[in-house]
Amino acid sequence: MDMQFRDEDLAFQAEVRQFIAENLPADLREKVRRGLHLDKEDFVFWQKKLNERGWFAPHWPVQLGGVEWSPTQHYLFQNEQVEGYCPPVIPFGVRMVAPVIFTFGSDEQKQRFLPDILDSTAWWCQGYSEPGSGSDLASLQTKAVRDGDDYIVNGTKTWTTLAQFADWIFCLVRTSGEGKPQEGISFLLIDMKSPGIEVTPIITIDGSHEVNSVFFTDVRVPAENLIGVENEGWTYAKFLLLFERSNSLTGGLKQQLHRLRTIADQECTNGAPLSSDPAFAAQLADYEVQLRTYEFLELRTLGNSNPGAEASYLKIIGTDLQQLASELTLRAVGYYGNPYIRDALVHGYNQPSVGPDYAAPAAPQYFNYRKTAIYAGSNEIQRNILSKAVLGM
Amino acid sequence: MDFSLSEEQQLLKDSVQRFVRDEYELESRRKLVASDIGYSEDNWAKMAELGWLALPLPEEYGGIGGGAVETMVLMEEFGRGLVVEPYMSSIVIGGGFLMAGGSKEQKTELLPKLAAGEMKLAFAYAERQSRFDLNDVECKAEKNGDGYSLSGHKGVVFHAATADKIIVSARTSGGSRDADGITLFLIDNNSAGLSRRDYPTVDGLRASELEMDGVAGTPLGEVGGGAALMEEVVGQAIAAICAEAVGCMDVLQETTNEYLKTRVQFGVPLSKFQVLQHRMVDMFMECEQARSMCYMVNLKIGDEDATERAKAVSAAKVQIGNSGRYVGQQSVQLHGGMGMTDELHVGHYFKRLTMIDTMFGNKDHHLKRYADL
Amino acid sequence: MDLAFSDDDLAFREEVRSFIAEKLPADIAESVRQGRPVDKPDIQRWQRILFNQGWAAPGWPVEYGGTGWDATRRYIFDEVMAEFDTPETVPFGLLMVGPLIYTFGTEAQKERFLPKILTGEEWWCQGYSEPGSGSDLASLQTKAVLDGDHYVVNGTKTWNSMAHLADWTFTLVRTSNEGKQQEGISFLLIDMETPGIDPQPIIAIDGAHHFNMTYYTDVRVPVENRIGEENKGWTYAKYLLGHERQSISEVGASKQRLRRLKQIAGEERSDGESLMDDKSFANKVADVEVKLTSHEYLNLRFLAEEAAGRPIGAEVSLLKIRGTEIRQELTELTIEALGYYAAPFEMEQLSDGWNEPSIGPDYAAAQMPQYLFSRAATIYGGSNEIQRNIIAKMVLGL
Repeated sequence: MDMQFRDEDLAFQAEVRQFIAENLPADLREKVRRGLHLDKEDFVFWQKKLNERGWFAPHWPVQLGGVEWSPTQHYLFQNEQVEGYCPPVIPFGVRMVAPVIFTFGSDEQKQRFLPDILDSTAWWCQGYSEPGSGSDLASLQTKAVRDGDDYIVNGTKTWTTLAQFADWIFCLVRTSGEGKPQEGISFLLIDMKSPGIEVTPIITIDGSHEVNSVFFTDVRVPAENLIGVENEGWTYAKFLLLFERSNSLTGGLKQQLHRLRTIADQECTNGAPLSSDPAFAAQLADYEVQLRTYEFLELRTLGNSNPGAEASYLKIIGTDLQQLASELTLRAVGYYGNPYIRDALVHGYNQPSVGPDYAAPAAPQYFNYRKTAIYAGSNEIQRNILSKAVLGM
Repeated sequence: MDFSLSEEQQLLKDSVQRFVRDEYELESRRKLVASDIGYSEDNWAKMAELGWLALPLPEEYGGIGGGAVETMVLMEEFGRGLVVEPYMSSIVIGGGFLMAGGSKEQKTELLPKLAAGEMKLAFAYAERQSRFDLNDVECKAEKNGDGYSLSGHKGVVFHAATADKIIVSARTSGGSRDADGITLFLIDNNSAGLSRRDYPTVDGLRASELEMDGVAGTPLGEVGGGAALMEEVVGQAIAAICAEAVGCMDVLQETTNEYLKTRVQFGVPLSKFQVLQHRMVDMFMECEQARSMCYMVNLKIGDEDATERAKAVSAAKVQIGNSGRYVGQQSVQLHGGMGMTDELHVGHYFKRLTMIDTMFGNKDHHLKRYADL
Repeated sequence: MDLAFSDDDLAFREEVRSFIAEKLPADIAESVRQGRPVDKPDIQRWQRILFNQGWAAPGWPVEYGGTGWDATRRYIFDEVMAEFDTPETVPFGLLMVGPLIYTFGTEAQKERFLPKILTGEEWWCQGYSEPGSGSDLASLQTKAVLDGDHYVVNGTKTWNSMAHLADWTFTLVRTSNEGKQQEGISFLLIDMETPGIDPQPIIAIDGAHHFNMTYYTDVRVPVENRIGEENKGWTYAKYLLGHERQSISEVGASKQRLRRLKQIAGEERSDGESLMDDKSFANKVADVEVKLTSHEYLNLRFLAEEAAGRPIGAEVSLLKIRGTEIRQELTELTIEALGYYAAPFEMEQLSDGWNEPSIGPDYAAAQMPQYLFSRAATIYGGSNEIQRNIIAKMVLGL
């Protein structure tokens, strides 16, 4: 039993750090650091940089553009990205649909879709949830009816993150009403420019436009865009959910803590920094202890071949901590959590900030982060999974 | 990075498991707890024979030279069995002080006896006013010819009655809460001037109040340098007790899970109720988190950076305190009335976990310490 | 909406205060102050004092020996009782079976039982739970078979608090297996002296004998000891559970506990100062005090509703949930305050004849048993999980 990173891991970490230092422009870094809104160009710029270095899709098979890293290296890489204030990689293409394509897709599909994902020319979004199918995803009703070489798709998808930028959407659709609900679902790749698709924004409680409703009216999708076998889509979806949950949150949490500390040092209470107020300091320490626990919990799971159960509890604990940090941050900024000037969250806002410059994103982020315990299988669903899969209840 | 046990460690684990299975059935433990001395000398002899008393002690003094991870493996299984022998007081702490602060002569004389089970130690540090601050010491030690003479009160000294010698923190200089000026002393349990009041504790152990009036003591470690020594050894003790707590929590988690699957109410096993499933998942997650921090602190306890070491110790103690509280309380709750009985082992684990939080400073104390580091 | 007390109310408060100050025996107050168990003769002694004043059962109607006080006065009375170190009311007679008897009992039952409940001469215990019927109470199996003018009772009851001290027990028994489980249950009052009743102690995690397992073998119970109609027992039990929940809101007792906690934390030292000067500990005490205050006002709102003639529904479950959780928080903080002196555990220290000096401070010994026993509070009287189920269904319509 030991906890040392090996020399080659440390060398690798230094290499990643150096790459970020050399390639991440200062203004982009600053946007991320301050928690301002990022544009599509910001994401794409950084993804292309990573791709130039061969690091955009490290978990892909080597022959398709991946890298042979150990779990520790994946972990270090993800966390260096976050701690270096790099724009996050948008997961829908590279981390989600791509593994489905290279695992279950045809050769034609691989050739057609993977290169565009790799160089970020195609932006993907995810069409899973529906207005009537949230936690109970398998009850989804969007229909795909075979008509010659095409499927005709009708229905509504919702909570579709960044669909406003997307060129493609991967969808779960119902191709059969027989048997169990899980058994009549297929996995379709759909061009967002197809006639009959309409995207409307959903503005969330923090005022941002992150998610959308996507309406499908008689949308024709070539049958060659079906992944794998008709009615086997649930299998591919479950495979993908695992990828979605197994993202390391440690780096992001550390960053949140760092921001929170900086703020608590600058805010005052009783004529002294908030961070020296015993009650607040205890809460900060408590958060830090929990984060440390989370980090070691995650380190213990590195290298486990079947990350199923771990992925569920890491998701629960990690998202709880994201929410806690955002809540402490909002509390730390005091009254200056109140002002809400939408433009102040956009880079290039020229007015002086109302109150301290770190205050503006505090409330929006707190409100926005309520989503983390809901998305990607709500934390209640994760507990259901754990009670069944681990505790055998 | 590697969190698996080596072959030797696995063998150790298996052998402690066997011991606990054979000797620590709940009824046997109940008898031990009710006996005169509160544990079994036969078990102690067996532990000596199996090499467990020698485990963390250095090879040159009759020990085996195991590290924190070995102690952790052993303590976790002791936790699973709610073992009451004075391993923590005598070997982890007593042995720890001798190794960290003992003179060559003291080591040569005492460590082999400790390893062979021929001698036991206890550690007296708490005082009425001290709460969890190791450096809040009012007991006085005055120079008296070649030796020292100790006076004052020490409270809740675990396993003092059966110890041959007691390690006592006393002030040789400085104000009552100064870190400087504390010295550790070895005193004999049958010393003139020492009176002891022995009693059981709520978790089935034994402790004593000590009253010292001119008790002869020999310094252990540097005179005036006791604070650093205590921080080091108590840190190791905390790492070990975290493992004991993890063992307790795992048993509770497993037993409660089993109970929910067998207890039928409203025509179905309790395990079919979602609210109880989620509670059980939360208990499971607390266990996993506690285990992570237990590994963390035992791997970091040898860290060269004192602050990093201290932070690891306090962070782990906080997590163990929180997890132990949740798992203990909820195990009782989910067992319903049965959880409230003395008959079932659930309550005994709960009480041990409750007291483990208090040992060497509770979660509040360590949270504050962590924040100050 | 009005929170102010009238001059009459204030005068009443002074009257209660001076009465208790004068009449509460010092030895009983001292036991309560230390958190030690108060034994049966002492509780009876105190109840006799209240009875002589006409205050034994403030909540009962005047014709049965109650006070006729309105909700405000009852609140003031409870409040003042909590200001002093008065022992907690033992609920089984005064708060549980008493109201049941005067609500559903015959004239003969009222005459036979109520006076001795008021004086404290007869003690009662509850016979509801069975080994296989805990949360699912309606599944109970203890049988009562009619034989002439007697029921013959066979079965096992468990978790019977104080059964070893009780003269009578009120029990739920199965008189029919037809229809829904709830429809075949009857409510019997049984003399604990009847041949065939055998209470056996269950030792709890605090090492004390609170609970019993009571075995019934061919116990003959006169039919006249049945409350109300045969097979309607579930209705009476539900009525009574409502009463019990209100009695275990524990506002007064928790105020006493809070006071004790502050006294103890005031005496304990931390960093050379009083533990109450330790900010993080003081914050925790403040936090639970705020919870207790909001709990008290919830209680007051319910009292006012009742006083206005609007019956309280399943909402009373809230009082049980919050009351017991607050009690657990207070007892837990109290053992935290003791630091290492939470550990010593000598049962003898809690008994009356203990003459040796205490281990550590004299207030320490009683606190750990209080904490451990408080863990039962979220289990008994319908576990808090069951209470939440009730609220989800009956109040929120889920």
